[in-house]
Amino acid sequence: MATDEREGGSDRIETVEADDVDAADILGSAIERQEDPSLLTGEAEYTDDIQLPEMTHMAMLRSQYAHARLADIDTSEAEEMEGVVAVFTAEDLDVSGALPVGWDLDSLRNVDNPIMVEDRIRYQGDVLALVVAEERYQAHDALDAVDVEYERLEAVTDPSDALAEDAPVIHEEEGTNEAFDWDIGDADDTEAALEAADNVVELDVTNQLLIPNAIEPRAVVADYDPSDDLLDVQMTTQNPHVHRLLMAGVIDHPEHRMRVRAPDVGGGFGSKIHHYADEALVSWAAKQVERPVKWQATRTESYLTDAQGRGHETHGEIAVDDDGTIRGLYVDTKANLGAYLSTFSPSIPTYLYGTLLSGQYEIDNIYCEVTGAYTNVVPVDAYRGAGRPEASFIIERLVNRAADAVDMDPAEIRKKNFLDPDDFPYETPVAMEYDSGDYHKTLERAMEAVGYDEFRERQEQAREEGRYLGIGFSCYIEACGIAPSELVGELGAGAGLWESGLVRFTPSGTVRAMSGSSGHGQGHDTTFSQILANELGVDYDDIEVVEGDTDAIPQGMGTYGSRSAAVGGSALVESARKVVEKARKIAAHQLEADPEDVEFEAGEFQVAGAPDRSTSIQDVSLEAYLAHDIPDDMEPGLEATTFYDPSNFVFPFGTHVAVVEVDPDTGEVAFEDYVAVDDVGNQINPKIVEGQIHGGIAQGVGQALFEGAEYDDNGQLVTGSMQDYAVPKSFHVPEMETESTVTPSPENPLGVKGVGEAGTIAAPQAIVNAVVDALEPLGVDHIEMPLTNERVWRAAGGGDD
Amino acid sequence: MYPDQFEFHRADSVSEAVELLADNPDAELIAGGHSLLPTMKSGLASPDALVDISDLDGLSGVERNGEVTHLGAMTTYATVADDDDLWEDATVVAEAASQVGDRQVRNRGTVGGNIAHADPASDLPAAMLAANATVHVHGPDGERSVEIDDFFQGMYATAAGEEGVVTGIDVPEEGENTASAYVKKPAPASGYALVGVAARLTFDGDEVTDARIAANGVMDHGTRLPAAEDAIEGESVDADAVAVAGDAAGDSLDEYMVMEDQQASQEFRLQLLSAYTERALETVGERAGHM
Amino acid sequence: MERTIELTVNGTDHQVTVEPRTLLIHALRDEMGYTGPNVGCESSVCGACTVHVDGEAVKACTELAVRAEGSEVTTIEALGDEDDMHPLQESFQEEHGLQCGYCTPGMVMTAAVFLEEEPDPDRAEIREALEGNLCRCTGYQNIVNAVESAAAEMAGAVEPATDGGTAVEEGGD
Repeated sequence: MATDEREGGSDRIETVEADDVDAADILGSAIERQEDPSLLTGEAEYTDDIQLPEMTHMAMLRSQYAHARLADIDTSEAEEMEGVVAVFTAEDLDVSGALPVGWDLDSLRNVDNPIMVEDRIRYQGDVLALVVAEERYQAHDALDAVDVEYERLEAVTDPSDALAEDAPVIHEEEGTNEAFDWDIGDADDTEAALEAADNVVELDVTNQLLIPNAIEPRAVVADYDPSDDLLDVQMTTQNPHVHRLLMAGVIDHPEHRMRVRAPDVGGGFGSKIHHYADEALVSWAAKQVERPVKWQATRTESYLTDAQGRGHETHGEIAVDDDGTIRGLYVDTKANLGAYLSTFSPSIPTYLYGTLLSGQYEIDNIYCEVTGAYTNVVPVDAYRGAGRPEASFIIERLVNRAADAVDMDPAEIRKKNFLDPDDFPYETPVAMEYDSGDYHKTLERAMEAVGYDEFRERQEQAREEGRYLGIGFSCYIEACGIAPSELVGELGAGAGLWESGLVRFTPSGTVRAMSGSSGHGQGHDTTFSQILANELGVDYDDIEVVEGDTDAIPQGMGTYGSRSAAVGGSALVESARKVVEKARKIAAHQLEADPEDVEFEAGEFQVAGAPDRSTSIQDVSLEAYLAHDIPDDMEPGLEATTFYDPSNFVFPFGTHVAVVEVDPDTGEVAFEDYVAVDDVGNQINPKIVEGQIHGGIAQGVGQALFEGAEYDDNGQLVTGSMQDYAVPKSFHVPEMETESTVTPSPENPLGVKGVGEAGTIAAPQAIVNAVVDALEPLGVDHIEMPLTNERVWRAAGGGDD
Repeated sequence: MYPDQFEFHRADSVSEAVELLADNPDAELIAGGHSLLPTMKSGLASPDALVDISDLDGLSGVERNGEVTHLGAMTTYATVADDDDLWEDATVVAEAASQVGDRQVRNRGTVGGNIAHADPASDLPAAMLAANATVHVHGPDGERSVEIDDFFQGMYATAAGEEGVVTGIDVPEEGENTASAYVKKPAPASGYALVGVAARLTFDGDEVTDARIAANGVMDHGTRLPAAEDAIEGESVDADAVAVAGDAAGDSLDEYMVMEDQQASQEFRLQLLSAYTERALETVGERAGHM
Repeated sequence: MERTIELTVNGTDHQVTVEPRTLLIHALRDEMGYTGPNVGCESSVCGACTVHVDGEAVKACTELAVRAEGSEVTTIEALGDEDDMHPLQESFQEEHGLQCGYCTPGMVMTAAVFLEEEPDPDRAEIREALEGNLCRCTGYQNIVNAVESAAAEMAGAVEPATDGGTAVEEGGD
């Protein structure tokens, strides 16, 4: 791989232009993204860029309080204001108007989730009224004129407080704030293992609430044509088909008369998966006023409504023998679900969390119980990593604590307990079957890159000089491409988790491919074109990938959970192979050969052993559409659709190492090094892989050091703007050294594993472990995230408490 | 995101601006707009009228007479931060200006707007205090000069009053035996100072003969730190003296009035104040060649 | 209340009627159709709205359109087009300095003025310069790489690079 050593540490992967790549090498090359020119020149079209004739603007009145009764609401003054087209409240709703939840659990107390509230307000993001006006400023002006009378109620924001007996009950009909009680693993065996082990180390951690912060806030433009009863919705979505299905039910509009499109989407990180009240209301309002309606969330609204992530309070216990063998793991988590169940929220702190608790280790006994709690905070759902960062954090912190307890090096204890390459497929005690891995390799590569032995010497020396250096390991695993559909159905999913892919040749021999994946920055046009160029032997530039349009694409489940390459990409591969098989029959017919004797390579069909008897797939395509001379019983045309349902999850893994220096006087943490060695299986485009890792790490750095949604006792979001919630800035993120190993997944035809979330899953515990290691001489054994300067200073002995 | 309606006046002169402000108690002056507009967009401020003075002749630019550097009120942070001579003549002011917000903010925000706004966590107040600046104010009763020590009166409150317009700031030039610095612990999200410390020391040989040390972010307005000044005066800037001065930094402050928010408790702010006072003094010492 | 102002955007003279409160970013996007600059926050933090006003990088969400009267405004649309991109735009593509692209117009516009003022910055200076532009996708490293590469490219375009310091090695491995 071409690299370029420069200032800043890491070997840089150099991109290449597609024209300069041999066709045979197209898969796996770091091709420049074809998406970029339009994004770089302002030509891209995001939802708020859309202008339609007669378009109106919508704004929503959210609640002043997190928990209250809506005693009265008066919109009369707002209705009279200049430019106001209509004002609506819950009593105007003529549709079911309840948001569904897409994942059930046996113990789940599902609750009503209205798109506008009539009586009870449960968080600040609840919608009390909406205004449609000619101009966006006018719509917001009118909100100020809506007169609301609240009867305030006591609020609760932490899960443990919400589960206490005297807590205010948020959904009174349930009589409790307990949303579910879920467990996985064997309680008795784990208890016995903990009792039998030489040591048990305990740790209580809070995995704080995070705000996703896609730089583009959510937005919708809805256009209704009453003559055909057609509703055309363009919106910030990671999954247009899912949005169409859910929205159709919420606003009682026939799904087949709805089109949902994703224009350019400015990041999601999970926040644009879910179906939100505001989105449904825009579409509903467009039907009421029979004019196009645009709603663009303000950043304040994003902070009050975008589903937040994490929100765990966890007690963990790890059993370890004196020789470092891990005997068992017990985890008890209280998960904050917020005011209502968001689209997939029940699955995040359960099946995407408890099932990952074995990490990279052979641990014979694991038991995890999770209690979900309703609170008065923004609903909590998938945010980059979604459950897996929380699992990896508790394991990797506990393993470090276990190493301390038995006086072992943190790298050595990991090696001692790693699964070995020949253990795969490996069934964990928490219901996962790992596909493949080589955990020793990524750790050793990382130790080498960071210069581990030399670091320990330097650390020792620095300590003598009164300086505090620390190193932290994170040997993470993640599960992505959640599947297969039958299994997820058994686990409670209200949807299948396959993906569709349609590959269509044009008569002139170019290709249009439709994927149900829906990228929003990942570069699918580039990577999917690479996949298809490789499969079909056509020029990369002769392939057009279409995503994000329910009218164009058969069906789709969307982009999240690092699933697009493994599931969406595999669907395209399967379709391409079907197309090739049909084309092979046509070619054989044309070449008067048996299809079994016709070989396909680099876009050419050729009769085995007869090089002069050949034809191109482009020529075959034309023949397929001419249909003048194709095999009997064959339909004309050359296209294929696949609904690809994977056989299993895929399990990327790796080791991240942070090296920090901590100033105990100020609590300041400075990065000296950050090394990431990731194994995401085969790589379609190494530059895009690198970018995903970088971005993921940055979000992990954010969680470790800066970010956290904070609420006051009344449930008001204190970190309600970018002035208060610290999205990492350019100089907050360290220079990262990224390396890869490649252990292909046997589960899909591409051998890919998935990369979107790896960095975010891996980084936080690497950093926390490093800071704790730095301050070990001061007796520090844990600091809660985010590691604010004050927290670090206090942990290091500063302050009175 | 969407400010409320207001009337917009572009003043043709400072006197006109003063009159407009006097006539309309709910009017606000707008200079660079980088303090005011964010509060208007978030709904925290909703003035009836804005009086724009950003284009007034003579209010912008840097002038020198060999003793003081005059900064027109509408001079942007960027202009100040990019002024090489000011880095020589009043390092602390240039250094503080270079740390305000980000490049885009520095291109629009103005030094006059900054001190008139008197945000307790902004960077210029302590720098101006350390530099011993003089503020020129044009009010309903005419023009006057205010010593910087008398200028900041409380959170968002200054001696310029509601109707006064800050027209310029005089910054005395540092002599050969004087050096200064501004160091800052920014809040990670906003970039405002959790604590910012400005220090200007005058030396006779190794000995500090005069110290002006001030802090942002700690009290409800930029504040001198007399206890730290006393601690370093008469000493040479060595590690021990710096440590003593750092320890003393909070001594002259009313502990109960120290700022506290989600970013930092009172106790931690005072700790940062000590640490950053030390850093400021060390930096000045290095610049003066004494450390 | 409304008033008509004149300003030049990307070399084209515009007359546009706005309220005093209309933010420059909304005048550009909604009234004049320059949708390259984006709105990412309302607190003057994210920088997605960055444009040049009279040659300086400015957050267009923190300026009133009426105060831009008579100004020359440049948006990302004028920096280069898809067939003829500015060296910064090219280097952002080559170095994978963007993913979703939403912050990119602002990021590039900030970097463009920065490189005029500081043609040979080091990585720390680049990071400082981009402090007012948030990116949630890239982790910034490839953005820093892109600005560094563009600086080398632009320096090379003026005069042949004499020091190998941070210059991009053509075809290097």
